[in-house]
Amino acid sequence: MTEANAPLKTTPLHALHVELGARMVPFAGYDMPVQYPLGILKEHQHTREKAGLFDVSHMGQVRLTGGDPAAALETLVPGDIKGLARGRMRYTLFLNEQGGILDDLMVTNAGDHLFLVVNAACKEQDVAHLREKLAGKAEVELLDDLALLALQGPAAAGVLARFVPEAATMKFMSYLPATFNGVPVVLTRSGYTGEDGYEISCANADAETIVRALLAEPEVEAIGLGARDSLRLEAGLCLYGHDIDTTTTPVEGALEWTLPKRRRAEGGFPGFDIISRQLAEGASRRRVGVQPDGRQPAREHTEIQDADGNRIGEITSGGFGPTAGAPVAMGYVDGAHAAVGTPLTLLVRGKPVPARVAATPFVPQRYYRG
Amino acid sequence: MTVKYTKDHEWVRVEGDVGTVGVSDFAQHQLGDVVFVELPDVGRTLEKGKEAAVVESVKAASDVFAPVSGEVIEVNHDLENEPARVNTGAQTEGWFFKLRLSNPSELDGLMDEAAYKAFVEESN
Repeated sequence: MTEANAPLKTTPLHALHVELGARMVPFAGYDMPVQYPLGILKEHQHTREKAGLFDVSHMGQVRLTGGDPAAALETLVPGDIKGLARGRMRYTLFLNEQGGILDDLMVTNAGDHLFLVVNAACKEQDVAHLREKLAGKAEVELLDDLALLALQGPAAAGVLARFVPEAATMKFMSYLPATFNGVPVVLTRSGYTGEDGYEISCANADAETIVRALLAEPEVEAIGLGARDSLRLEAGLCLYGHDIDTTTTPVEGALEWTLPKRRRAEGGFPGFDIISRQLAEGASRRRVGVQPDGRQPAREHTEIQDADGNRIGEITSGGFGPTAGAPVAMGYVDGAHAAVGTPLTLLVRGKPVPARVAATPFVPQRYYRG
Repeated sequence: MTVKYTKDHEWVRVEGDVGTVGVSDFAQHQLGDVVFVELPDVGRTLEKGKEAAVVESVKAASDVFAPVSGEVIEVNHDLENEPARVNTGAQTEGWFFKLRLSNPSELDGLMDEAAYKAFVEESN
């Protein structure tokens, strides 16, 4: 975690954000663009309609090497890492001994190493955790010399193919080292918006030229963290530290899909006993989508009540979904009230607002399936 | 007709004993895209400096305080369906409510346009 009073760090694109007129805010210890002059609403819509370019260089990029880094990493996460084919990636979770989530991350089998992308606010502790738990089994390197960009939206593939033709045929959740205008990059077809798109890892020194080249394309606008949040919320994707944290397990977090059959049977990851029990018996609470009636957004920490006014949980992410055209939220409710369609009451600024448990995503995901 | 401003970035335009209230253009710019406005009920008595309405942008919820005391006599229902009017016309079509002033001398403690402009520049 980052010291509240420490000076803010910057990404290699900081001066460009300021030049573009971004409103900068502190986020995870970095001075980051929350929005550009276009504004969050239009940035959100632009990403859904064309292509948005995000600076996510604050996130941690980590290289894991050693004799068998996949086997080593499986002792810390419940995902199938050994079965990850070369050039493929997947979402998984660092767990603690109670089955609580220490961070969520993307893991790519890059052939001679595993490539991890972790949350900015957790990256120092993740690296310390990896080094401590995998001592003697894997080498852990935080790749501070790399920047990370995300190009997201239905036009992303067409735009990127003008620079990297082979990007067009990449499968969703795959990885490809490539060259962008003569500069080495590593592409993954992935993202955090629910749209088709890519993340582009490159040297810090090359980030600005790549961003300027992409922004010169007519379909592309720079998009800030504000729209990144509303896009991922509509897509039903968790924000670490809000929707999942050390007090929530993958079962409570409705992330059972991250627990493959082999790992459920074999175990060998932290919190296995608790998670096994919750898989068999259900958890006492569960993360659900929440659709408030009307137009007023229900924000994080809004109390959730059942029909009789009993407190049954809390909103963990909530706001207005520009594409949904309505407020959207997610939160935790007790296990008895988790079925889609269950009526709820939200205490929004002290006033009861009717709501119901909703299926997520709120907006259909449009990943590229080839 | 005078327009006065508060340090919380509300404006009140006074015609006779009726004040029309909204948030300043500076405030709407700071808020960003407005997605919801909660207005007070007509007939409610508002007290200067106390909560009168709520404005929510994509980013966050903010209170709107009554710049002066009085009884609400009309609200801008257009904002319920088109909250973005707060962005497009914060000091015109994006007004929130009208109240009948119960203590017009409260206006003396508010800023005029020039003083508000200086206040915004200073706090920037």
